[in-house]
Amino acid sequence: MSDTALLLRGISKLFGTFRALDHVDIEIKRGTVHAVLGENGAGKTTLMNVLFGLYQPDEGEISLNGTVRAIPSPKQAMEMGIGMIHQHFMLVDTLTVAENVALGLPGQGATLKLQAITDRLTELSDEYGFDIDPHEEVWKLPIGMRQRVEILKVLFRDADIIILDEPTSVLAPNEISSFLDGLARLRDAGKTVIFITHKLDEVEAVADTVTIMRHGHVCAEVEVAKSDAREMARLMVGREVVHDRMDRGSASPGAVIFEARDLRVRDQRGIEALRGVSIDVRAGEVLGIAGVDGNGQAELANVVAGLLTPDSGRVLIDGEDVTASSVDDRRHKYALSYVPEDRHHTGLVLDFTIAQNAMLRDFNVPPFSKNGLVNTSHVRDVAQDWVERYDVRMRSIDQTVRFLSGGNQQKLIFAREVECDPRVFVVMQPCKGLDVGAIEAVQRTVMSQRAAGKAILYISTELEHIMTVADRIAVMCAGEITGILTPDEATDERIGTLMGGHAEEGAAAC
Amino acid sequence: MLALVRYTFALRPVWAVLLALLVGSGLILLAGVSPFAAYGELFKGAFLDYWGLAGTLVKTSPILLAGLAVILPLRAGLLNIGAEGQIYMGALFSAMAALLLPEMHPAIHIPVCILAGALGGGLWGLIPGYLKAYHGMNEVILTLLLNFIAINIVSYVAGGPMMQAGAPYPYSEEISQDLWLPWILPSTDAHAGVIFGVLLALIMFLVLRYSTVGFALDTIGKNATAARYAGIPVKRYVVGVMFAAGALGGLAGTFEVLGLKYRLYHHFSPGYGFDGIVVAFLATVNPLLAPLAAFFLAGLKAGALVMQRAVGLESTVIEAIKGLVIIFVAASLGLRYDAQKWAARLMRRRKRLDDELGDTFQARTRGEGR
Amino acid sequence: MIEFLSNPQAITDFLSTSLRLSIPIIFAAVGGVISERSGVFNISLEGCIIGGAFGAALGAYLLGTPVAGLLLGVFVAMMAGLLLAGLAVGLSINQLVAGIAINILMLGLTSYLARLILGADATSTLPGFHPIAIPGLSAIPILGPVFFNQDVLTYLMYLLVPLSWWVIYKTPWGLSLRAVGDYPVAADSAGISVPRVRLFAVLISCAMAGLGGCYLVLSQVFVFTEHMSAGKGFIALAALILGRWNPIGALLACLFFGFSDALQLRLQFNSPDVPYQLFSMVPFVASFLALVFLSGKVRPPAAIGIRYERGGK
Repeated sequence: MSDTALLLRGISKLFGTFRALDHVDIEIKRGTVHAVLGENGAGKTTLMNVLFGLYQPDEGEISLNGTVRAIPSPKQAMEMGIGMIHQHFMLVDTLTVAENVALGLPGQGATLKLQAITDRLTELSDEYGFDIDPHEEVWKLPIGMRQRVEILKVLFRDADIIILDEPTSVLAPNEISSFLDGLARLRDAGKTVIFITHKLDEVEAVADTVTIMRHGHVCAEVEVAKSDAREMARLMVGREVVHDRMDRGSASPGAVIFEARDLRVRDQRGIEALRGVSIDVRAGEVLGIAGVDGNGQAELANVVAGLLTPDSGRVLIDGEDVTASSVDDRRHKYALSYVPEDRHHTGLVLDFTIAQNAMLRDFNVPPFSKNGLVNTSHVRDVAQDWVERYDVRMRSIDQTVRFLSGGNQQKLIFAREVECDPRVFVVMQPCKGLDVGAIEAVQRTVMSQRAAGKAILYISTELEHIMTVADRIAVMCAGEITGILTPDEATDERIGTLMGGHAEEGAAAC
Repeated sequence: MLALVRYTFALRPVWAVLLALLVGSGLILLAGVSPFAAYGELFKGAFLDYWGLAGTLVKTSPILLAGLAVILPLRAGLLNIGAEGQIYMGALFSAMAALLLPEMHPAIHIPVCILAGALGGGLWGLIPGYLKAYHGMNEVILTLLLNFIAINIVSYVAGGPMMQAGAPYPYSEEISQDLWLPWILPSTDAHAGVIFGVLLALIMFLVLRYSTVGFALDTIGKNATAARYAGIPVKRYVVGVMFAAGALGGLAGTFEVLGLKYRLYHHFSPGYGFDGIVVAFLATVNPLLAPLAAFFLAGLKAGALVMQRAVGLESTVIEAIKGLVIIFVAASLGLRYDAQKWAARLMRRRKRLDDELGDTFQARTRGEGR
Repeated sequence: MIEFLSNPQAITDFLSTSLRLSIPIIFAAVGGVISERSGVFNISLEGCIIGGAFGAALGAYLLGTPVAGLLLGVFVAMMAGLLLAGLAVGLSINQLVAGIAINILMLGLTSYLARLILGADATSTLPGFHPIAIPGLSAIPILGPVFFNQDVLTYLMYLLVPLSWWVIYKTPWGLSLRAVGDYPVAADSAGISVPRVRLFAVLISCAMAGLGGCYLVLSQVFVFTEHMSAGKGFIALAALILGRWNPIGALLACLFFGFSDALQLRLQFNSPDVPYQLFSMVPFVASFLALVFLSGKVRPPAAIGIRYERGGK
C-alpha cells in the first residue's frame, strides 16, 4: 500500500455557473493531520462534502488507498472508512453517549446490545485518552466532550480517514488545546485526519501539511514545519488587495455618537460570546468589524439592536444609556437602524409584499400610520419611490419579497433602514450572497450615509468589503476585540493574524 | 390556463366541501336513501324554510363567534382549541351578571352582562396566553385542558350554588325577561347574537386589514423573529390576542344565555367550540368568510333533523360529513400550488414564534449545555 | 368513611373500579407516548378510542365473538392512524389540525354507522370478555381480586405497558424512535428513515388507543354508545405529559386519574351533597397544574410537531 491515503485530482464542482471547486488537486498522506485552510467561501466545505459523498464532483477523480473510487453516498463513504464530523453535531441530546453510537448502527438484533457497545467505547475512549463516560447523556456534556463523542462515533465504525469541518468553531477557547491533543493522538494511532479551518494557530499547533484554498482553487500546499503563521496568513488572504476605495472624500468624523462599554454576553450554552467588548463610533465614521464568523459579531449586533440583553456592560447613544431600552425605543427615540445578517428570517417577512416589508420598521409611527390605522396610500407611495430610487427590480410592489433576488431584497432593507434618517446605522454581513452589482449598491449606500454624518457599524467577515468602506477596522476573535487598525495600517497579514487570535503588541483595544 | 389553475386552487375549500358531500352521499347510500333526496331535504330544511332558517341562524351565532375565536389567534400563529371552554366561562359570567347583580335598567344591565361574558371568556383565554408568552408552554394542550375545567365548573355552578330549587337537572334560575336579546325573525328563536357575530367578523376583518394591530399580528404569525426585529412586543401581543380570542368565545356563550336558553344549563354547548375550528379552516382564516362558513355549518346541523324526519336518515350522518369536510379541507390546504405550503407555513409560523418564546414543546436551541 | 375503610370488600370494589376506569386511558396514553416519542402529536387518540370501541362493537355484534370485536376494533383505530400519518407525515399538514380533523370525523362516522348497522340492537348486550381469576394470585387479600381477577384485556395491558417500555428503551427501533422525535436530522444522517419510523409509531399508537376503545365495549359496558370516549383521549394526552413521555409514568398518571374518577363516582352515589363535578375536574386540574409547575422541567420530544424535511431547517 502506498502511503497516500487520499488523492484528489482535478476535482471541480459547479453550482449553476459558479465554480465552487476549480480543478482541485490534493494529496493526503496516511497517518498525518492535514489541514485545509481558507477564508469563508473558499470552497473548503464543498470539498469535504465531495469527499463524504454528499456531493458528486463534476470533474476529476478521487483515489482511496491507491484505487480510483466513486463515493456515491455518505453511507458508502462510511463503509469505505471515511468518517465525517459535521460542524453542527449529529447527536441526540437526550440519549446517552452509547445510545448515540448505537443509533442506526447496522447489524443489531432485536435488542440493543448496549453493554457490548459500552465496553468497546470505553476501550476506544481509553485508547485515545478521550475520558468519556458512555452512560452519560449527551446534553450534560460540554461541547468539547460532545465533539469527542462524534469522533468516537466515527472511530466505532472503523473509519481510517476522519474529516472534521471547522471543528474548533464551536469550542470555547479553553477546549481547543485538548481537542488539538486529541487530533495528535488520532494521528499517532495511524488515523488520517483532515481538518478544515481558518485559524492559523491551530494549523501551526497540530497539522503536518496544510492545503491553502482561495476561491475554489488550491493556492498552496505547505509543510507546516517549514512555514510560519505570517506566510500562511498572506497565502490565505491572498492577493495584494487593491484597496480601490470608493471615492469617499476625506474622513471628517465628528463627535462620538455610539458607544459600547465592556459588553459581556453568554450564549445559550453558557459560553461567553462577548468578553468585554468596547467600541465607539463617531458621526460620519464607518467602524468596520472584521473577524471570522461566529466570534461574537452576531451577538454584538443583536445587543446593539436591543434583541439581546447583555449580562453586563452598557450601550450608549449620544451619551444616553440605552441598554435597557426596547427595540422600539431604540429605533424611534434614538434613531438606530439595523440591517440584520439574516435577510430571510429577520430582516424581511418573506410572505409579505414589498409594500408591507417597506413599512416593517416604522408602521406604527406617522406618517405610515395615524391613530392606529395604516396609511396604505402613503405606504404604497413610499414603497414605489424606494424601489425606484434604490433600483429594486420587481414586477410590482404587491409582489411578495420571497420571489425577489437576494440583492433586491437587500436593497429594499437598506432603503427602509436608511430612509428613516437614522443616527446610528448597524450593518451586519450586508453582502452575503450578493452579486457584484448589488454589493456595489450596498457599499454606495453605506458611503452616502457616512457622508451624511451617521455613525456606522459595519460588521462583515469579508475583509475586502470592510477595507473598502471602513475608516477604522476592529478585529474580533473569540468575543474580544483583538485590535483596531486604520486602513493604512491594515495589511492582510496583520489582520489575518489578529483574526487568528494573535493579539499583537501595540494594537491594544481602543 | 394558469389563471384557471390558480382560480381553481383558490377555491380549494369549496372543492373540499363538495368532495366531502360526495363521499357523504356514499354514506347516505349505505342507509338505502337517495343522496339527492337527503341533501335536498337537508338544504331545504336548513336554508329555504322560514323556521329552518331561524334554526340555522340560532346555531350560526355560537359557531361564528367560536370560529372568530379560533381565527384571530391563528393570524398570530396560535392554535386556540379552547373556544369550548371560553364559551362556558362566558355563559357563566354573563349568567352571574344577569342573576346576581342588583337590579338595574336593562339598557345598562344587558351591556354589563355582555361585557361580563366577554371578560369571563377573555380570562379563560388570557391564562394560556400568558403561560405561552412568558413560560413558553404549548397553548394547544393548555386550552384543551381548560375546556374540561370550564365545562365542569359550569356543571358545578349550575348544579350547585346557582341551581334552581327543585330543577330536575342542573340549570339556574331564569334570567329576567328584560335582559333577553331581541329576536331577528318574529316568533322564532333566532336572536340578535348572529348580528353581533357578523358585526364582529366585519370589525375583525377591518382591524386585521387596515390597522397597525392587524399588521403586527400578521407579522408575528408570518415571522416572529422579524416581528421582534421590527420592535413589535411579541409577548404582549400573544397575551392580548388570546384574551381577545377568549372574549369572542365568551360572547358565544353569553348570547346562548341571553338570547336562547335564558338560563345557565350544564353541558349546554354541543361542541360549538370545536365547530369553530372547522369554521376557521373552512374560511381559510379569513374573518370575512367566517359568517359564510359558520352559516353553512350551522345549516348542516339544523337541517339534519329535518332530513331525518323527511327521509328517515339518521341525522348523525351530518356529524360524519362534517368530519369529512374538515379532513378534505385540511388535506386541500396541504396541497402545494407553488413552493409554499399552506399548512407548512402555519407550522413555520408556530416554530418561529416558539423559537422566540422558547416553547417547551418545541425544539430549543440544540446543544444546550448545563 | 371509617366504615368504608374497615370493609375490605368495599376497598377491593373501589380499587377495582379505579383500575377499570383507568385501563382505557392507559392504553391510549401509552400509545400516545409512542407516537409523541417519534415527534408526532397524537391529538386523535380520542378518535382512535371511539373508532376502537365502534369496531369492537361491530365485530362482536356481527360475528358474535369478542375476539372478532377486538380485531376489528384495532383495525378501525389503525385506519384512523393511517389517515393521521398520511395527513401529518405524508402531506405535512399541521399535526394538531390533522388530529382534530380525525377526531371530528371518527366521532361523527361512528355515531352514524352505529345507528345504521347496530340500529335497534344498539342497546342489547354484546358478547364480551369476562374476568378470569388467576389461581393463587387472586387470593391475595384486598389487592388480589383487584389485579388478578380481571379480563383478558386487562392482562394484555399488564403485558403491553412493560413491553412498550422495553421497545422504547431497549431495542434499536426504540432508539431510532427516540432519536427521530428528538433530533430527526441526526437520525437521518445515521441512515434511519424518519417518515417510516413516524408512520409505524403512529400506527402502533392508534392501535393501542383502539384497544382502549375495545376495552370500553368488550370488558366494561358491553354496548356501544355514541361519543362514549367522552374525552378519555384528551385525558390520556394529559397523562402522557404528566408521565413525562414514559410508558410507566403514563401508567401511574392514568391510575391516578382512574382513582379520582372512581372517587367521583362513589361520591356521586353515596354523598349527593358533595359536588361531584369538582371531582370530575380533578384529572384536568391536576394535569393543568402539573404542566404549569413542571414547565421548563418536563422536556417533550424536541422535534414534536415539526415536520421533517430532508435538507430543510
